[in-house]
Amino acid sequence: MKFEEALHKLERIVEELEAGNISLDKAIKIYQDGMLISKQCLELLDKAEKKIQICSKDKDGNIKVKSFKEKDNAGKD
Amino acid sequence: MLKEKQVLTVSQLTKDIKLILENTFGFVWVEGEVSNLRQSASGHIYFTLKDNSAQIKCVLFKQQALGIKFQLKDGLKIVVFSKLSVYERDGQYQLYINLVEPKGKGSLQLAFEQLKGRLAKEGLFEPSHKKPLPFLPKTIGVITSPTGAVIRDILHVLERRFENFRVLIYPVKVQGESAKMEIVEAIKYFNAADNADVIILARGGGSIEDLWAFNEEAVARAIYDSKIPIVSAVGHETDFTIADFVSDLRAPTPSRAAELVIPQKRDLCQNIKDYIAQLSRALKDFMPQRRQRLDSLLDALRRGVEDVFEEKKQRFELEVSKLQQLNPLGILRRGYSVTLKMPDEEMLFDAGMLRPGERVKTRLHKGSFYSTVEKTQGDE
Repeated sequence: MKFEEALHKLERIVEELEAGNISLDKAIKIYQDGMLISKQCLELLDKAEKKIQICSKDKDGNIKVKSFKEKDNAGKD
Repeated sequence: MLKEKQVLTVSQLTKDIKLILENTFGFVWVEGEVSNLRQSASGHIYFTLKDNSAQIKCVLFKQQALGIKFQLKDGLKIVVFSKLSVYERDGQYQLYINLVEPKGKGSLQLAFEQLKGRLAKEGLFEPSHKKPLPFLPKTIGVITSPTGAVIRDILHVLERRFENFRVLIYPVKVQGESAKMEIVEAIKYFNAADNADVIILARGGGSIEDLWAFNEEAVARAIYDSKIPIVSAVGHETDFTIADFVSDLRAPTPSRAAELVIPQKRDLCQNIKDYIAQLSRALKDFMPQRRQRLDSLLDALRRGVEDVFEEKKQRFELEVSKLQQLNPLGILRRGYSVTLKMPDEEMLFDAGMLRPGERVKTRLHKGSFYSTVEKTQGDE
């Protein structure tokens, strides 16, 4: 699930639970769903690993992706 | 007076005229309005430069014509730097143009306005064509120079907002002749490789000449054709380029572009925590709602029980009052008495229970007295 979808789902669950016109069983069920999705959302935010890459052309003109060192950039202003 | 008739050929005379004109005027700056403009198949451009009372033929060779960024057209007021000479075949004096500038403004400014007008008419700036940015991009493509302040600012802002961000830089020259093609190539690369969810196209500030690559039609069309949304951040806040008009979103500076493409992770976490708190609160509120209903049911039930109890209580009290009427003390009040045999205070119902000399106690409504039996008698 994409983060955005998960967040929307969570919003809807909060709305539904706050509206209150559902059975107690349903309320407990969606409360549990909401808690699970919250956890998934937080996990999604931390899932990706920081990565800075740069494209470069080899001698045949093919584009290769390699890691970008920020120090490559230092002192070149 | 001529001693001898000196006869010149047309060619000789024309040559002489040409020499005199070229030597007298050489290179001149001339201003006027373009008319009768036509372009030959070979790419040379011919037109007439005129004012209210005169006109002069002009030639702009293909080589020079290619260097002009804006579009020459009839009615345009221009200033030219040109050599006055004679086209011998036609006996025509004319201006051979080296430089052309629009009158009153820079040629790049005019070129910018012309292209902007044309692309606007074509619909390249239509808001309906603009793509929304992804909420949380997996990878951010950045097209800019790999050195210098721009990329550094972008990376710095991304780092601050979302420390585990992902960036793929496509390095390009951002000015000079090759800049245009490199930028177009970069946009096409990201679209073909499909390895970025959003693209930042950035360059620091500069003169209109410096920023020119971002005013090129080829760049504008590449941005328009991109399936990946593009945020442009070219120059300073006040600089607008064609790229800014075509892009899906224009940022005033590269740092701002970085802010626009990724949300603050801290805010997102807070949002989710707020939702968790809301969920728990909603569930807690949910229970009392149910409980209230249960409470009112219980109330009704209790009231029912109490009613039954009240009825019983009343009946009980009635019985009690009946009983009270039967209380022997009530009888005493009416003048009767009770006699008890001493010393056990055994209640007496029959005189046969006594013998003379035994002691009895008689209880009245108020107080008692003791006596001794003198004699007994049977039922009268």
